[in-house]
Amino acid sequence: MNDFTTWDIVRNLLLAARWTILLSIVSFIGGSAVAGLLLLLRIGKSKAGRVFARTYIEIFQGTPLLMQLFLAFFGLGLFGVDVPAWLAAGLALILWTAAFLTEIWRGCVESVTKGQWEASSSLGMGYLQQMRYVILPQALRVAVPPTVGFSVQVVKGTALTSIIGFVELSKAGTMVTNATFEPFTVYGVVALIYFALCWPLSKSSQILERKLNVAHRNH
Amino acid sequence: MTYVFDYEWVFEYWPVLLKGIGITVELTLVGGVLGISLGVFCAWVRSLGPTWARPVVTAYVEMIRNTPFLIQLFFIFFGLPALGVRMTELQAANLAMVINLGAYSCEIVRAGIQATHAGQFEAGASLGMSRIQTFWYVVLVPALQRIWPALSSQVVIVMLGSAAVSQIAAEDLTFAANFIQSRTFRAFEAYFVSTLIYLALAITLRQLLRGLGWTLFPKRTVR
Amino acid sequence: MSLIEITEVKKRFGDNEVLKGINIDVDPGEVIAIIGKSGSGKSTLLRCINGLETPDEGTISVAGAQLAPDELHLKALRLKVGMIFQQFNLFPHLSAGRNVMLSQMVVRKTPKAEAEMMAKKMLDRVGLGHKFDAYPDQLSGGQQQRVAIARALAMQPIALLCDEITSALDPELVNEVLAVVKELASEGMTLLMVTHEMRFARDVCSRVVFMHLGRVHEIGPPSEVFSNPQTPELKQFLGMQH
Repeated sequence: MNDFTTWDIVRNLLLAARWTILLSIVSFIGGSAVAGLLLLLRIGKSKAGRVFARTYIEIFQGTPLLMQLFLAFFGLGLFGVDVPAWLAAGLALILWTAAFLTEIWRGCVESVTKGQWEASSSLGMGYLQQMRYVILPQALRVAVPPTVGFSVQVVKGTALTSIIGFVELSKAGTMVTNATFEPFTVYGVVALIYFALCWPLSKSSQILERKLNVAHRNH
Repeated sequence: MTYVFDYEWVFEYWPVLLKGIGITVELTLVGGVLGISLGVFCAWVRSLGPTWARPVVTAYVEMIRNTPFLIQLFFIFFGLPALGVRMTELQAANLAMVINLGAYSCEIVRAGIQATHAGQFEAGASLGMSRIQTFWYVVLVPALQRIWPALSSQVVIVMLGSAAVSQIAAEDLTFAANFIQSRTFRAFEAYFVSTLIYLALAITLRQLLRGLGWTLFPKRTVR
Repeated sequence: MSLIEITEVKKRFGDNEVLKGINIDVDPGEVIAIIGKSGSGKSTLLRCINGLETPDEGTISVAGAQLAPDELHLKALRLKVGMIFQQFNLFPHLSAGRNVMLSQMVVRKTPKAEAEMMAKKMLDRVGLGHKFDAYPDQLSGGQQQRVAIARALAMQPIALLCDEITSALDPELVNEVLAVVKELASEGMTLLMVTHEMRFARDVCSRVVFMHLGRVHEIGPPSEVFSNPQTPELKQFLGMQH
């Protein structure tokens, strides 16, 4: 049996981290797209749409991500389709991300003061025009810090995909530990790599939040 | 190909499910109480405590909040024995829950403490209250009232996150589902039922915490 | 025929009947001040005229067209009647000039160059031509309110509704806004103003409406209303003001 150097371990884990990054990006972008649609339903005029969106959010926020991953993996398999782990992982993470982003963005839209609605409607604008030119531009500004903050949760969420067999950083950690019998070192390095991925995002979110509050103080 | 759903196993395996629910509830309770206590202590250190201790707490909080719970769990259960620290699955699971919630609640409580107006401290001091009394009555209790919704949310999140402890063979609800799935090969049904139970637990927990908030803080006078 | 006809308008919020049957006719070019205590329904009445609130009973007609709560009618109404708010409600993400340009381009479908010219003209009219590119948070309260007036004027309304437009301003900034309004009045703009500025009402307005508990208590030219209050409520209100 070979003696593994620390560098062997680190290199192996760093290579696996690429998949963590890829899955995170795909989930975040996919989740944002779905969240955009869900948001329109959630704050829209149709009661059925609102109920659907609320129920969707309640379910995805009220159940463990791990369970959602299991259901995606085994559920899709029911239809005779052989589901690769990456597909189930991506699908589950996209749907999960969408639920949280919708709620975050809804809060941002609702934070735009009523006076903006009244002023724009007094000028003759219709609902879509109000949203497009007055409300959403302001909501977007407010939405950036918490959205960046949530991206951290997405990266951490990818760790659970190791359980359904997707080979990313955590799964690599388990495999390397089994090969080297050095759990302390291996999981320590894994933690550090996650930290290196997440901390910049967390910090950016904090900085953006502070800049936003400074800008608002002038009102 | 049509798949026939079969839920009959529920009648046979409900003790397993029940035990799993029990463990999940226990983890949430212990994690909740001890985790929030740890969080309050850390929040105190970061806002009003000794300056030398602040970077230590900050490092702990940042480390936990920027790494996945699963890895924290693995590190505690698989990694610590290398240093001679041995513990059972349940002990490791509980410890990980407490450490995890501790870091998140530290930030939440700290935000609540920092929202306390400076005038409140001065009022407490001029009324002759000791520093501990001032902290408790003037700072902490109003702060907790202020952040109770955010804190409750975090407890629910941690409860849902506890599903990961199944991976170190702690016999929670997810472990029960895995167990049932391996015996009955009814993977989808096993996970579907467990998911519904988790949903029920989350809703119940949210309501309980809301009610707890009303009993602990009867008057919404804090802004 | 009057420009604005308000007939038997009633409005309730829950159990609270805020407007108990209002009847006012406004002729073109009139400057009407609406005064009264808080809660007398002044703002609600104003907001009914441009459709931000819908009356439960009664009718309002503007330039001969009766108000209906559907989108099409509301939009047509708002092109005729502009509103200035107590909190200015400028769009913070747009410069002053773009604030004035936005609804021209979006609602009237005016091409950008034309809208820009109109915006410059309107900002000049309120004395802020040099602030075209300034953002709202770079402007004082008085300047923001004047931009809000320019924004409403750019839609070329036939009447302007002013809802306590100086109440949120520091005292030294009130005059610059009132000066603009006085000029508009002298140019013949029809104005309905909910205001606490009694001196302004006396100097500029053609009629004063005193509202109390959801009704029009007294109405008449300032010379009569202020010097010769008929009802005890108005006497008390004016006593409060001095």
